[in-house]
Amino acid sequence: MATTTAVLSAPRKRRQWRRTLQPYLYLLPALAVMAIITFYPLGYQVWMSFHEFSVKNIRVNNPEPAPFIGLENYVRIATSQLQIPNFEFVRLVLFNLWWALSNVVVHVILGVLIAVLLNTKGLLFRGFYRALFILPVVIPSIIVATVWRNMFTPDGGAVNYALQTVGSWFGLPATLPAFNLDWLRQPDDPIPFIPLPLAYFAMITANTWLGWPLNAVVATGALQSIPGDLYEAAEMDGASWWQKFRNITIVYLRPAMLPYAIYGFVITFNLFFLPFFMTAGEPFGRTEILVTQAYRLANDRQLYGVAAAFCVYLFFLLLIVTLITNKFAAATKSYAD
Amino acid sequence: MSTINDVRRGRDVTAYFRFGRRVGARRGEDEKPLPWGKQIVLQLILIFISFTVLFPILWIFSISVDPRGLFRPEGLNLIPPGATLAAYQKVLAQPTSNPISFIELMLNSLKIALGSSAVAVGLGVTAAYAFSRLKFRGREALMIGILGVLMLPSVATIIPLYVFLNQFRIEFGDLTFNLRASLVGVSLAVVSSQLPFAIWNLKGYLDTIPRDLEEAASVDGATQNQIFTRVVLPLATPAIAVTGFLGFLGGWTEYLTCFMFIGGTVSDWTLSIALNSMVGQYARNTPWSEFAAFAILFALPVSLVFFFFQRFLVGGLAVGGVKG
Repeated sequence: MATTTAVLSAPRKRRQWRRTLQPYLYLLPALAVMAIITFYPLGYQVWMSFHEFSVKNIRVNNPEPAPFIGLENYVRIATSQLQIPNFEFVRLVLFNLWWALSNVVVHVILGVLIAVLLNTKGLLFRGFYRALFILPVVIPSIIVATVWRNMFTPDGGAVNYALQTVGSWFGLPATLPAFNLDWLRQPDDPIPFIPLPLAYFAMITANTWLGWPLNAVVATGALQSIPGDLYEAAEMDGASWWQKFRNITIVYLRPAMLPYAIYGFVITFNLFFLPFFMTAGEPFGRTEILVTQAYRLANDRQLYGVAAAFCVYLFFLLLIVTLITNKFAAATKSYAD
Repeated sequence: MSTINDVRRGRDVTAYFRFGRRVGARRGEDEKPLPWGKQIVLQLILIFISFTVLFPILWIFSISVDPRGLFRPEGLNLIPPGATLAAYQKVLAQPTSNPISFIELMLNSLKIALGSSAVAVGLGVTAAYAFSRLKFRGREALMIGILGVLMLPSVATIIPLYVFLNQFRIEFGDLTFNLRASLVGVSLAVVSSQLPFAIWNLKGYLDTIPRDLEEAASVDGATQNQIFTRVVLPLATPAIAVTGFLGFLGGWTEYLTCFMFIGGTVSDWTLSIALNSMVGQYARNTPWSEFAAFAILFALPVSLVFFFFQRFLVGGLAVGGVKG
């Protein structure tokens, strides 16, 4: 008796082992690679952030060991005591948050309005417009950013020419200062009381061009899930266009748009391309965001330790942003599903 | 993190591309034509929006065919007088002041793009299968870890990767091979930011495939590996193609790592490095027509693929296909 159970259970045991081990075998290649080129560097970054780590610590011949300096890198960043002109940590963080928020609000509003417009029953050439409006999405971001930089050039840039053309319809001369703006470098703020440089408005213009189409795509998906009877019922009750939009469209769009808006916030918060290629932080580092500043610290200044501490700050900021937005999403969850 | 799930879960992002048709609604039944006045107003608004969308594209096209080699175009005109393709010829031969041709730049970009997307998808698909279909201890924790990395900007790993890869040096006499300063090193850094996305995107797709076929195969006595290679992989081909293309796009336009890791070696330059050197503070000697022609040649291949397969690609884009 005892021998037969042993004979039976051996292959079963092996099968059992296989069932527990197999998932890990499937995961192994990806996890091993991620451990080496993602998780280890992230840990190494934290180590670097506590050290005075610069170019002399990685040079080819006898690199020096990096001295431990505790939290000094963090303190230097938080108190804006870096050897970089125009570096102000608090201003940088506030600008970065405002940059993400203002963009997302504009993208979502435009995306929803245009999606509603395109969803109008009986509209001609709808397919043509939809195909056309996806163009900004299919062009690589680096090209979008460099082309907009070129368009905002003060001498011979497309934007100033467009302004001059529109101005000429109203009989205004092309030499008017308002039509010859130094968009990306003008040091004075265009609107008094609002501490945002002209370059910010140029950036948000370019990013709006780039950002609303995807929002329209997501909004269309939600719009088409609204039962048509609802509008008919509302019409019978004599609801106005605005009442229908507020009480039906918005309510149905919210569960799809809110998560996408939160996701868009994180993406825009980390959007490297525009501040880097379009304004290069001009004027005076005021359009720099955290990711571009971190890259500059490492690439231009070779302050690897400081840059590492900077990235740790970035990580915690993102964590806070994600937690707050998730709370926000959970609070409005009653609309969802 | 739930945000991505919501975007992924059932929200019909492809509805946008079903031109005008509504599910379950037959054309003509509830689509009565708009009153003319309203139709005209809406068309005017849409024509204006179309103009804003097309403006940068038309502008860059028009200066690319400008024959005058301008540093300062004069006014807006779609096709400038005496339009030529001379700028295209010039940038194909030698786009920057450095001795490297467009083809060489393209090959370098192509190596990074193909290498990194192949590795990311190849490694990602088995992991995605495990996350989507298999039960194991630590699944939740691992998925949160991967999602966390997915949300991080690529700048967050680039600095330690630079220092880390810089340690790998092989010397042959006078020649030194430094992993960091090579296309292989750049590709590794690109894989580092693309692998989490590949896993996540493929898992999202596998989750939507019904399990019936796999269960049938299992009843017929297929092993786990057979189910994976014979049933799941063929079914996942579209998702593999989409993830592969988005990865390719990321590698094709990668700038951060390229410039930081290999910026000093002109023979290893990529299209993105050359593009940025043609605009901005170091570009005083580049006529705008050449910059424009280069931008068009750089964008056209990937943009065309993207445009024609948009309905499959946009869904992936909405969950992090573009990482800043």
